[in-house]
Amino acid sequence: MPSSDYDPASLPDLLPLYYRRLFPFSQYYRWLNYGGVQKNYFQNREFSFTLKDDIYVRYQSFTTQNELEKEMQKMNPYKIDIGAIYSHRPNQHNTVKSGTFQALEKELVFDIDMTDYDDVRSCCSAADICCKCWTLMTIAIRILDRALREDFGFQHLLWVYSGRRGVHCWVCDEAARKLSVAARSAVAEYLSLIKGGEETVKKVVLTDPIHPFIRESLAVVERYFPRYALQEQDILGRKESVDKVLSLVPEDILFTVKELQQDFQNEKKPESRWKLVRDQATKKQATAKKGQYFEKEIMLQYCYPRLDVNVSKGVNHLLKSPFSVHPKTGRISVPINLKELDVFDPFAVPTISLICEELDRPRAGEDEEKSEESKDKENEKDAAERRKIRDYKRTTLAKYVKYFDQFLDAMARSWKGELLRKSDLQKEF
Amino acid sequence: MQFMSRQKKLLPNSHTELYGQCLQFYGQPPLENIALSEFETFAVERLKLLKTVENLGVSYVKLSEQYTKKLDQESKNLNFPYRSGPSEIEKRRKDHISHFILRLAYCQTEDLRRWFIQQEVDLFRYRFSYLSSKQKLEFLHKNNLQYDAISVEEKKALQDKLVNSSYAVSGITVEDQDFYKVPFQDALDLVRTRKVYLKAGYVYIPHQDIVTIILNDFRTRLSKALALTARSLPAVHSDERLQPLLNHLSHAYVGQDYSIQKNVGKISLEQIDSLSGKSFPLCMRQLHQALRENHHLRHGGRMQYGLFLKGIGLSLEQALQFWRSEFIRGKVDADKFDKAYAYSIRHMFGKEGKRTDYTPYSCMKVILSNPPSQGDHHGCPFRHSDPELLKQKLQFYKVSPSGISQILELVKGMHYQLACQKYFELTHNVSDITFSLNHPNQYFVESQKVLGGGKDIKREMDTPQRSQENSDNLTLDLIRGTGELELCEYKCIFPKAKGNIG
Repeated sequence: MPSSDYDPASLPDLLPLYYRRLFPFSQYYRWLNYGGVQKNYFQNREFSFTLKDDIYVRYQSFTTQNELEKEMQKMNPYKIDIGAIYSHRPNQHNTVKSGTFQALEKELVFDIDMTDYDDVRSCCSAADICCKCWTLMTIAIRILDRALREDFGFQHLLWVYSGRRGVHCWVCDEAARKLSVAARSAVAEYLSLIKGGEETVKKVVLTDPIHPFIRESLAVVERYFPRYALQEQDILGRKESVDKVLSLVPEDILFTVKELQQDFQNEKKPESRWKLVRDQATKKQATAKKGQYFEKEIMLQYCYPRLDVNVSKGVNHLLKSPFSVHPKTGRISVPINLKELDVFDPFAVPTISLICEELDRPRAGEDEEKSEESKDKENEKDAAERRKIRDYKRTTLAKYVKYFDQFLDAMARSWKGELLRKSDLQKEF
Repeated sequence: MQFMSRQKKLLPNSHTELYGQCLQFYGQPPLENIALSEFETFAVERLKLLKTVENLGVSYVKLSEQYTKKLDQESKNLNFPYRSGPSEIEKRRKDHISHFILRLAYCQTEDLRRWFIQQEVDLFRYRFSYLSSKQKLEFLHKNNLQYDAISVEEKKALQDKLVNSSYAVSGITVEDQDFYKVPFQDALDLVRTRKVYLKAGYVYIPHQDIVTIILNDFRTRLSKALALTARSLPAVHSDERLQPLLNHLSHAYVGQDYSIQKNVGKISLEQIDSLSGKSFPLCMRQLHQALRENHHLRHGGRMQYGLFLKGIGLSLEQALQFWRSEFIRGKVDADKFDKAYAYSIRHMFGKEGKRTDYTPYSCMKVILSNPPSQGDHHGCPFRHSDPELLKQKLQFYKVSPSGISQILELVKGMHYQLACQKYFELTHNVSDITFSLNHPNQYFVESQKVLGGGKDIKREMDTPQRSQENSDNLTLDLIRGTGELELCEYKCIFPKAKGNIG
């Protein structure tokens, strides 16, 4: 596969090419400017760059798209993070009276990291991922996307592949951007079901009544559970794994655990074993005693999304930018089209080396156009612009930028309304 | 800062008007004249009340029977209002004035503000629980919280969802009560704990649960008011009569925060391993062990443990050496450490960024904020560990079986700090300790005392930093002379509340 040709050492050569010819600056600016509805929104936004040799610079800000382009092309950052919109231009924060420089707004963000699932996946650990455990991301996206839209009423969600082992969500609605720290933390906690660290065995406990949010989330998990957990992860296969699952069955029904262990001697098929577990749970639910939802708790512990509340809480928290490169894998942080979520393959995401390579490949029909334009010197500048616009379209990056465009179009409709409203207000005295 | 011209003294019988309601939002500051001695007493007594609120909140479930009984008792003892009745007017006046005085003392830093707001909200919640539903509804209206009730049809359609969203809501509740549609930003506590039905950004709240909305509102207003008060503080500080009292108030009763480093450099890095077994509280012992085993700690653990080490006297250089040598044994190379982690350690010591000198976490902070998740080792083991795992850990640390069951009993009753105290007693072989544990660094100091560790350390610890026990005995003759304080002079400090709140 071409992407396996990526070598981190080649970044210094590839980045200039990426930032000069591939990075979708106009879409990027279109996004962060938010239709120009609020004054200085783009100008007061903090960016941070990680440069070569891990040099980290914060409080970068830019007045125009052009300035952003020039600076990025000059510095060729290895990583780009997006921060908050501040009360003043971040690059002037030292001149502002102490205490008055404040983070005001930012998108509501979520970060799902595969490392947080290490205790429940057997195929990989730490920074590794594979197509088997990737399903966890699919489940996470489905559950969170539904909740953010249907429960919280948000509409403009951008899901992005982080480039290595997880996904990010940017909630770009105006209401979301204006949320306080307390509100962000409340949203994150509403969405959290997994509680406890190394020291906790049972991380999900359900009590009566089961909240509609949990029911909806369970419905999603149940769709994926048989293939993901029973087959691919084989959680009811090896003894070690079985023991781990059974450790989640409440202690006060030790008898149940013994029964199950015995039954498992005769029943080796994972699906049938799971059915036995479910049947035991149903029996317990009839008694309506504590701990009766253990089969649901097991499914949730193995599949439910794990988010880092601290990432979502802070208004000033910096998060990796979409279309940034991941220095270790070379992959571009591309937006994920939810309509194609079930077939999304993180290993098919283009790397910077791939798309730079694709740039160089001549395409049929373009050579003629090229020679025609080069004849016309007056149009040289236009031609360069046009070529630039066409450049990413020649690469695998194209479809991701197109999807990003669609996302922006949907938001633009709301900006239009806002601008009209504001201009109306101005006319009144 | 301009002071308002002298205002007429308010006549005593207008108190009946002012203090007609049993509960108030502290929207309007007091305007009368008050004797300095009264000023002092009111403030100190409210502080004792708030401290009780804090302690009860950690030891008992809020609004449980024991909680309310104890708080009733304390309110009675300190002469604060806790029920509606005619004799309450004087108490309400005291309540009103003391609240505003404490605003002055507690507006100055983020930590003080957070503490004050938390206790005032809890106190308010407790008092609110005594109101009738009619009185509760009056509050909503007085507050301009005019939320829409949903139609009967909509209620019927959502019935199942509403019933399943809250333990307290049954089919009958849905039939009998009005349900209000409230934007989720106004009901964060209910959203956070998922105790309510949420759809398209609105929560659906039965009449009986309106209290959470009010609490949220109270919290927000108080927070804004404190921020404004802080900006106008120089005026108050210029009054020599008040400044010492206010300083004393904000330090004495919140307890030592171990922010001022004592014994810097008295601890050597080689001692840490043995100290961790002898004098560290369980939470820090756990973190130290995890660090030694994994040669790494995540952010939450680095903060909790790093600040603790600072509190016991590690210098910045020592801290850097300590973390560096451990991380290098793991997957981090020296270069990466210097670039990434060294910054955050210097940050902890106030040498970077905002240059805030972060204070070591108190037990309250460890127990209540930032719970650990997968891969974390921070938090309070008595609060955050599975009882089974906690038991194993205590066995591993050679605590006797009877001791372990005592500890587990306390954990079951949610008395986490008492459980830690019991752990202290068992590991130090002492039977009745005299201090009330509320800070990991306090544990360390007391442990070193018991083990007789070093005369110098002991002497330095006894210097005038006020501890909790001493504060009660400290005489408050900081204010020289008698005299009256015209509170109306300070009206300019208190921000004008929007709309008239009772």
